[in-house]
This record gives sequence, structure tokens and C-alpha cells, in this order.
Amino acid sequence: MTIAVLAVQGDFAEHEAMLESLGAEVFEIRELSDLDRPFDGLVLPGGESTVQGKLLRELGLFEPIRERIMSGTPVFGTCAGLILLAKRLSNDDNVYFDALPVTVRRNAYGRQLGSFYAEEEFKGIGKIPMTFIRAPYIESAAEDVDILAQVDGNIVAARRGNVLGISFHPEVDGDTSVHRYFLDMVEGK
Amino acid sequence: MENRYELNKNLAQMLKGGVIMDVTTPEQARIAQEAGACAVMALERIPADIRAAGGVSRMSDPAMIKGIQEAVSIPVMAKCRIGHFVEAQLLEAIEIDYIDESEVLSPADDKYHIDKTKFKVPFVCGAKDLGEALRRINEGASMIRTKGEPGTGDVVQAVRHMRMMQSEIRRLVSMREDELFDAAKLLQVPYDLVKYVHDNGKLPVVNFAAGGVATPADAALMMQLGAEGVFVGSGIFKSGNPAKRAAAIVKAVTNYTDAKLIAQLSENLGEAMVGINEQEIELLMAERGK
Repeated sequence: MTIAVLAVQGDFAEHEAMLESLGAEVFEIRELSDLDRPFDGLVLPGGESTVQGKLLRELGLFEPIRERIMSGTPVFGTCAGLILLAKRLSNDDNVYFDALPVTVRRNAYGRQLGSFYAEEEFKGIGKIPMTFIRAPYIESAAEDVDILAQVDGNIVAARRGNVLGISFHPEVDGDTSVHRYFLDMVEGK
Repeated sequence: MENRYELNKNLAQMLKGGVIMDVTTPEQARIAQEAGACAVMALERIPADIRAAGGVSRMSDPAMIKGIQEAVSIPVMAKCRIGHFVEAQLLEAIEIDYIDESEVLSPADDKYHIDKTKFKVPFVCGAKDLGEALRRINEGASMIRTKGEPGTGDVVQAVRHMRMMQSEIRRLVSMREDELFDAAKLLQVPYDLVKYVHDNGKLPVVNFAAGGVATPADAALMMQLGAEGVFVGSGIFKSGNPAKRAAAIVKAVTNYTDAKLIAQLSENLGEAMVGINEQEIELLMAERGK
């Protein structure tokens, strides 16, 4: 199984290490020619969504990646990645892939002093560590979206079909269960 | 507090592969964000102007920093003087995302750095070599950058510092375990940090390049030498076309091995900052705080 990791900016290396530890083959997408390689799933890492969104467009990656997502390639976004996947942002005019019908609030917990760590239930997995770094959360979701986790009443993980969006950073916690969940999605389990 | 330190190291992880730009006004901050900066450093004067003006250089006016916080959605950093823990307390009070305890400002303490373990907000500190980097980390820094020589537009010292750190890291990795005790003594740092570097082949925190980066090629050079991201200070807003240069540097950092692309990015950028050569510098900021 081959997973492509968007590597234009952010903590892509942590995702790669996590996926490799689970036996996946991993490569990075930094420019258009990287998309020539076939892949079974795509990861959009944490980082700054404004930077990633801009680089996606200017490096010509945006449309081809959007087409892959729309045609059913499994995709997993964390933090900035969730923002890129959302249909709407409540406090920002940008819209990127519009692949997950949810409304996301950017920097929903405020500045770095608002960053925090929690342990909460993730549907189908159980209690897992969750690290929120200047994180967004999902304010509202369409009816057909599966809510996978909530913290203090706010949605922090959701899935619809091939699209998984999470507002925290499983890639930095040493717990592989969410990545395992995504690889199971890719395998169609 | 341990937990807070992890969160602060994690924020630096999110900045990786990005460019942090010095800005002095909300307008510049917006230009930087628009150009793809992953964070901005709010300061009253960029290093080149601090160098030109001389005199004592201090933390910026909190009102000016707040103006920049309101102008952008990306993280905002600000500088305090080395050892000036009250300036750091003020920056924490206005909820800055990252404090740079910086040699660019006049040091407030010629012996002690700030005990950064006492703060909730993260700190980035400059270093010329592995010993300095690990001492700052021991004091609680959750991100390191090379000192370089700020405000010169000359990359030579950032190159020297990054090469020095990487070479010392490789040396530690190659050592027998029983040699690490002596290495800790020589580096004047705790053994457990030396052991971490030996085991992992890298610093326990993110390591950026800073000081003298002026062109897309400079930025890519630092990335190829092992930097995980780049600070650009005077290089952008002291140049002919800041927005274009800033955007070009951002792309050069993402695709730092693609020479063809960087060549394209380097076309018609307008004038780079004039710069000062190493031999012409009167004040070596990198010698502040060891």
C-alpha cells in the first residue's frame, strides 16, 4: 500500500514516520511531477493552511489533487489538512478542496496559550491521546457526516466516505491507532 | 509544565518547511502572510535598521505587536532581549505565539539567559554551535535557529553555524556510548541531551536557519545544509520587490532541491538588499549570549 504525503509545508515527516511504522510505503508530494507516481491514499499534514493552500495553487497541485479526492482516493487531513478539506470556514473566506461537508473554525482555541492535550473517545478505537496546536474544530456537519470524536462538545474528528478530517495531531503522539484507522479505510475495510 | 513544553515543541513542528518573516507594520504582516509566510516576527525595526541606528535596542511596543496580531491569522512571534525575563513576561501577557530571546536586541544580562521553563509560551533561541543549542534547550527553548549575522544580507555566518551544528551532531552520533560523558563535559551541557542527539541524530527540537538569508538560493542552501525552515529578516523588506521575493523564498524552501524551479523563481526579483560583508561588520551580534 502506497500513501502520498503532501509535503509543501508542515509536519509531514511525522506522518511519514507513523505510516512507515505501520508498514505503508510513503512518498512526498512537493511538485506536480510527484503526482505521476501511483498512490492508494493521501495525507494532508498539519502546518499553516494559508501557506499550504497558496503553495498547492501556485505549484499547480491543487486541481489534480482535488480531482483525485473527488474521484474517491482516500484522504486524511490533520489540523491544517482538515481546513483544506472543509466545505466552509466560519472565520475565513478561503475554501480549498471542499471535500468534507463541514464548517470549520480556524484557530478555534485561540493563540498558542490555548493549545492543549486531551484524552478522549474516538469512535471505533477507544480513548486516545489528542494534541491540539492552535487547532480548528468543526462547528457543524452535514447529516451524512460521521462524527468520530468530540472534545468539550466540539467536533474534532469526522468522516464521510473517503474523506477523514481531524483537528488534532495523532502524528505527534506516538499512538498509531488513527493512522491504522486510515490505512484500514484505504484497504476498504 | 512538561505537557506545555511538548505542546510548544509541537507548534515548531507545524512551522517546518516554512519561512518566518520579519515585519514592522500590519501592512507588511499582511504582505508576508499573502506571500506564504508560516509565521511573522513582529519588531519595530528590522535588524539592518537596528544595525544602522546603533544604540540600545529593546522589545517592541506592545501596541505595535498587537496591531500585527490583529492583522494576520498565522502565528506571531516577537523578540525580547537576552536575559530580560520581564520583557518575556509582557510578551506572554499579550499572548504572543512564540518569543525569540534574541541577540539582535541589546542583551539585558551578560551572564544568564531567561529560565524559559517558567513560561507557558514557547521560546526560540539562536545558536552558533551544538553546545549553545543544547544549553538553550536545557533552559527551556522549544525551537532553535542559527544566529547567522542578522541584518547583513550575508549568509556566510548562518552557513558556518549550521555546518558546525550538523557536524557536531554527526560526531556525537559516531561516538561510543562511554565517550558521551566526556562529550557532555566538553560541550558544557547535560548528559541526557547529548545522549538524545547520539541516539536520534538530531536536536530534540526543530532547527531553523536565520541571519543573512536574502535570496531564494540562500534559503535553499540552508535547507540543503539541514535546516528545517528559514527565518528571513531584513532580506525581504529591504529589497526592491518584497512580495515577489517573499513568495519566491517560500517556494524555494518547499522545493529546495529543485534547481530548475529555484532558477525560475530567482528571475527578475529586483534588487536584493545591499548587505554588508563579514569583514565590514563592526558589531557581531552572534557573539551575544553563549
